[in-house]
Amino acid sequence: MSGFFDRLFGTKRSAESAKERLQLVLVHDRTDLTPAQLDALKDDLLKTIARHIDIDPQAVQIALERDGREQRLVADIPLRSVARRRAG
Amino acid sequence: MTAKVITLTSGKGGVGKTTAVANLAVALAADGRKVVCIDGDIGLRNLDIVLGLENRIVYDVVDVIEGRCRLRQAMIRDKHYQDLYLIPAAQTRDKNAVSPSDMVRVCDELRADHDFILIDSPAGIERGFRNAIAAADKVLVITNPEVSAVRDADRVVGILESEEKYSPALLLNRLNPVMVKNHDMLSAADVLDLLAIQLIGVVPEDEGVIVGSNRGAPVALEPKSRAGQAFRNIAKRLQGQETPFLDLDKQDGLWGRLQRLGRK
Repeated sequence: MSGFFDRLFGTKRSAESAKERLQLVLVHDRTDLTPAQLDALKDDLLKTIARHIDIDPQAVQIALERDGREQRLVADIPLRSVARRRAG
Repeated sequence: MTAKVITLTSGKGGVGKTTAVANLAVALAADGRKVVCIDGDIGLRNLDIVLGLENRIVYDVVDVIEGRCRLRQAMIRDKHYQDLYLIPAAQTRDKNAVSPSDMVRVCDELRADHDFILIDSPAGIERGFRNAIAAADKVLVITNPEVSAVRDADRVVGILESEEKYSPALLLNRLNPVMVKNHDMLSAADVLDLLAIQLIGVVPEDEGVIVGSNRGAPVALEPKSRAGQAFRNIAKRLQGQETPFLDLDKQDGLWGRLQRLGRK
């Protein structure tokens, strides 16, 4: 019954919260990187890339991802096209 | 005969290491295997009472290591199975009374005459854990579907994998199928996805486990117990037999049978 009301009001069931929270904490436990350190790393990466090419910092996505027991740092960095830059 | 050394460990305390060792030992012995279990929790001895052998202890594993008795003298024979033995932990000493090489030596001496040596690791990731895994051919990491137990299991798996010698398998203990169905407990699939290691078995929560410990007669001796069946299945897998996983959704009792009838 509680499940029905949770769905009605969009509350998350506790198992789902447990899994999401564990996914985050395990990535940081395994890499020994705190969220603050990860943010600092992202900033450094962005600055370095921006020195060489024109990027939109808002569009960049850098995140730690799990792949089985391996973690990887995945960066998605859209490049501004030369044509658009000239037009602008 | 060359025994396989299997260590059960968990990181977190209270997830069921000792009960699992006792149940797997009994199930392996019931299959006719020669089994020795070693209580690796020096200072916090418990495997003896779960197996119902607490009144028979004369010597312990530290007496063996320090040469006060022969190995044979510290081996306590089980009440039900004549090929099942316990080597108890010392109660008045600490973890530093044993070293990893001591454990390797004791296990090597036992290997020739047995099929399985089961080691009950203490909680934690310090000396006692190092001692418990030193001689292991296989490590079973036991956890519960609960955030702190899963997190600690992940740490232990990480440590074991960094040593490369071990490829740990997961034993998920105390799963409550009703709570899983209500999405209020991590499912076996969730825990497997998080920890990403091989699964050796899932044991459902079962009041019979405590009743068994109370009596000093592990639940694996109970033919009708679901947890007992799960432990017996894991014992088969340890012997290399393919055994299907229990259908934990199947509810026993009148209500379960009525529900199944209703679904047909």
